[in-house]
Amino acid sequence: MNRLSVKSTDRVDSTTEKLMKEFAQRIVANPPGVCPVDMQLAFLKTCHAQTCGKCVPCRVGLGKLEELLESVLNNTATDRTLYMIEKTAINIMNSADCAIGFESARMVLAGFEGFKEDYISHVHEHQCTGSFEQPIPCVTLCPANVDIPGYIALAGSGRCADAVRLIRKDNPFPTACALICEHPCEERCRRTMIDDAVNIRGMKRYAVDKARASEVPVPACAPSTGKKVAVVGGGPSGLTAAYFLQLMGHQVTVFEQKKQLGGMLRYGIPNYRFPRERLQEDIDAILSTGIEVKLNADIDTEAIAQINEDYDATYIAIGAHADKKLGLEGEECENVISAVDMLREIGDGNYPDFTGKRVLVVGGGNVAMDCARTAIRSNAKTVSIVYRRRQEDMTALPAEVEGAIAEGIELLTLKAPLRVEADAEGKVAALWVQPQIIGQVRGGRPSPRKAAKEEERLECDLILVAIGQDIVSAPFEKAGLATKRGRIVADAAGASNRVGIYAGGDCVSGPATVIKAIAAGKVAAANIDQFLGFHHPITVDVKIPEPLLNDKNPCGRVNLEEKESWARRDNFEGIEYCMSEEEAIQESGRCLRCDKYGCGALRGGRQFEW
Amino acid sequence: MVNLTIDNKKACVPEGTTILEAAKTVGIKIPTLCFLKDLNEIGACRVCCVELKGKDTLVASCNTKVEEGMEVYTSSEKAQYARRMNLQFILSQHDFRCAGCQRNGNCSLQKVCEEMNINEVPFEQSYDPSDWDLRFPLIRNAGKCIKCMRCVQVCDKVQSLRVWDIVNTGQRTNVGVSGMRKINDANCSLCGQCITHCPTGALRERDDVRKVLDAIHDPKKIVVVQIAPAVRAAWGDGLGLPPEMATEKRMAACVRALGVDYVFDTNFSADLTIMEEANEFLERFTHRDEYDWPMYTSCCPGWVRFLKSEYPEMTGQLSSAKSPQQMFGAVAKSYFAEKVLDVDPKEIYCVSIMPCTAKKAECDIPNINDSEADKDVDVVLTTREFDRLLRSQLVNPFIVEEEEFDSPLGTGTGAAVIFGATGGVMEAALRTAYFALTGSNPKPDLFKMVRGLEGIKEASLEIAGIPLKVAVSSGLGNTRKLIERIKKGEAEYDFVEVMACPGGCSGGGGQPISDGEELAGERGEKLYVLDKKNPLRFSHENPSIVALYDEYLEKPLSHRAHELLHTDHFGWYMPSGK
Repeated sequence: MNRLSVKSTDRVDSTTEKLMKEFAQRIVANPPGVCPVDMQLAFLKTCHAQTCGKCVPCRVGLGKLEELLESVLNNTATDRTLYMIEKTAINIMNSADCAIGFESARMVLAGFEGFKEDYISHVHEHQCTGSFEQPIPCVTLCPANVDIPGYIALAGSGRCADAVRLIRKDNPFPTACALICEHPCEERCRRTMIDDAVNIRGMKRYAVDKARASEVPVPACAPSTGKKVAVVGGGPSGLTAAYFLQLMGHQVTVFEQKKQLGGMLRYGIPNYRFPRERLQEDIDAILSTGIEVKLNADIDTEAIAQINEDYDATYIAIGAHADKKLGLEGEECENVISAVDMLREIGDGNYPDFTGKRVLVVGGGNVAMDCARTAIRSNAKTVSIVYRRRQEDMTALPAEVEGAIAEGIELLTLKAPLRVEADAEGKVAALWVQPQIIGQVRGGRPSPRKAAKEEERLECDLILVAIGQDIVSAPFEKAGLATKRGRIVADAAGASNRVGIYAGGDCVSGPATVIKAIAAGKVAAANIDQFLGFHHPITVDVKIPEPLLNDKNPCGRVNLEEKESWARRDNFEGIEYCMSEEEAIQESGRCLRCDKYGCGALRGGRQFEW
Repeated sequence: MVNLTIDNKKACVPEGTTILEAAKTVGIKIPTLCFLKDLNEIGACRVCCVELKGKDTLVASCNTKVEEGMEVYTSSEKAQYARRMNLQFILSQHDFRCAGCQRNGNCSLQKVCEEMNINEVPFEQSYDPSDWDLRFPLIRNAGKCIKCMRCVQVCDKVQSLRVWDIVNTGQRTNVGVSGMRKINDANCSLCGQCITHCPTGALRERDDVRKVLDAIHDPKKIVVVQIAPAVRAAWGDGLGLPPEMATEKRMAACVRALGVDYVFDTNFSADLTIMEEANEFLERFTHRDEYDWPMYTSCCPGWVRFLKSEYPEMTGQLSSAKSPQQMFGAVAKSYFAEKVLDVDPKEIYCVSIMPCTAKKAECDIPNINDSEADKDVDVVLTTREFDRLLRSQLVNPFIVEEEEFDSPLGTGTGAAVIFGATGGVMEAALRTAYFALTGSNPKPDLFKMVRGLEGIKEASLEIAGIPLKVAVSSGLGNTRKLIERIKKGEAEYDFVEVMACPGGCSGGGGQPISDGEELAGERGEKLYVLDKKNPLRFSHENPSIVALYDEYLEKPLSHRAHELLHTDHFGWYMPSGK
């Protein structure tokens, strides 16, 4: 026997490690809609297999929990079983020696509390509440339920105009979503089980680059119903509702407060991420349906009452365009600028000049990244992002943060702003911050607390505040619409508390994604049509190509390339390149066509109309 | 055209053809189990898997389209192994105590296992316990369900009712009643199409054969049997009888051989239905403003259940005339008992042989009985139960000689026999309405435009200068489309015939099962031949009907006719589909 030996990875270890990684991928791609109790039991069995076997609660107790869960699933459980599950899990959580035990039990308990109705349904009804209504993961996770396998197949076979038409059945902003959608559709892409999610947004980008939305005609409108609908707010949600309602034969008028249409797509997202001429392609197509537009229309309480009188129904989608204040001493001094104000000016073409300035951006979301990257492009000397948590806690998409870093932006993390220091002329001179230490997880995120360090003074010439947006809901509240914490209240159908007035998008949900705003517009359009006494189906006559019999061998995902940072950071031109035809064909072939294979085959895999 | 080879044989088939269909063109029959053409092409059982050259994994031949240059191997080692083991997987969760199963000998799983030479199951055996109300006319045995999803599909796509759904996920995925309901609380029309499309014995009708035998063996009971029109077009299928032997008269003789007292014909009461319904229509037509339109036929209980669950607001538009089955029961236990036999109607035990599962529920409708002698119809057997009854009683139809039906309730016209095909009720009613309006008979085939298997048929006609718009639909999905059109004002009719089963009763949910085949058309054709051969083509010329009115009922829609032959469709509860 050697006294010590060098560790080497043997075949068993390396195979186990590889399988564990694949297992983790598989969990990521968990199909939506599966029975949560069944999944919980499967997790529990994995947890139990991890136990070393030393301690009773973990070795024996987890097995007892498994038996209890099995009985729930096998329809032999009673209310007493549910009581026992809770008691057993609590005891294991309290008495297990290490994380293998107490974390397993904590997960069971969290599930037991989180989807208790499903446990009860199993015990009383002998079935789970889960449903297979929409089994395709990407379509299910897309808030607007866009037919993703369909347009990927169309784009991959070169039928890009048909792809655009198919997307428009559910979403009249194919270009916007091709460029800046947060693509929740990719989260549980079944391809992840083999290698990696299909680059869905990339495929859409390919489609709209090959077939520009403004060049692909929109469908004909249904015969005029004689009904008039007002849409307040010309952003993605308002224009989506307007588009579909106009197709349904109603005459829509959009009231937009600003000089141009587009909402946050124009006044929130910088040109380098979404070039304005591309936005115009979507807007042109939407307006080609015959929607009337009233720009510079400030809608106050009186105007709302007038609209309500003049129109048969109203959709309010005013977005979240007011800035949020830091609430710090000195915030009112010159050169402390809100992100909302700056991006709004840029939206109308008024670019700032930050030549020679040292800029601090406060915030950790996508808007903060947009501000920082805009500041760099406006010739700032230095740009730093001040954030009270860590980089990995930022709510911005990781790609946005990395893009900012590549362009030379510094991240100053774990620094909580304290006060703004002004110079003799009343201009900003520095931001005082309190260093933080990352601490306990609360509400799913680690929260920072004051570190035992001195306050720091960050010298600067300009502060950009990007800590969120508010909704200007007061005029609507005065007009009798219910609001809650500044948001307009609407139900799942988009209906407000007033008959005939619907609302959706950021002004209802709070600041969220463009695709959620689009989905809200689609929902409102369907329900307004119904409210007006109609049922106009929205459909498209595009035939989807049959799946190709591709081998399902692992293959890398095609990512979209970006311009080198030196070539992009001094201008506002678009920074992302489209995939090539060769890449698009390969990427399209990676789609597993869940519309045809798996559960998709059962009920046709797609919704032809809504 | 696409060129490919299948087991080294060259095939050339149109684009869009599946491998399964392409193989058929070169004489290769790939076994299938869950597959049902156009209805269930989901590749779930993986029994039809084949190997493609150059591909690692097998593909389902039922839903994979051919490609140019494809090389298909249907029985490669990999394909063979998959087929066998997937069948063994299915058997490991299937209650295969076949000897005690109604589908023994007519089960697709049994057949394919036999063909694939499965003689052992190398896995542990377990199957789902059944939890079902065995009093309900439709019975599901969870232990025999192979989750092929055909029932879900036929109820959803053909009948638009979605009574069945997939419940649970993962290994516990199962078929169950949708919306967490029990079957008794569901909007099930009881059409039985899920039964006739089930490949195994997981779905079946409630077997009432024992009740009939008990009545036959009860010396105090006078057992009277009626046989529905469509039964004669299919009864031989379940007995292996060649079509030329499966005649009406042999069927009547076989029933008599069971030891029953009277063998009558539902054709008789179908003619009676026409008399009441055609006159009711003319009565409503002459008082147009007092009624909602169109008037709907009411002889199909699956359709009546559908209307009451899906469109309850239209219940009043159903003809109040009872179905032929129920008219027969009411007449058998009144006129026949009192006037013909002179016995207490309570002594009569009325058995009905129907192509239908919904009829089992119809005879149990609480307010349907008007003879005051218990239930007007005591028990309903499906055609399948009838065949099983004959077999179990050792009645050998191959040696039974043809015999006539008994009189007087055994006489029917050609107009009655076509009740068993979609459009038949309409055609029969029009023949009699024509007579009522003009005083003379039309050419018997004048209204044949309402024949045929098309799901929705419509016709505009003129009788005695009066324009009439009629429509006929079969299959409840088609019916829903038709009603939606009517509701939206896109279509207007005076009279609409609806049959719940596609093709009408000849395709009924109680008919013998021939998996993968839709026989409604073929069976319906036989009925039109019988119509043509019958010297009587008009319900109003049925001498027994004439006598019945003369001796007992007086005239159509008379007081007594209303008492016995009409019903209040509002008088019973049907769960809502909404």
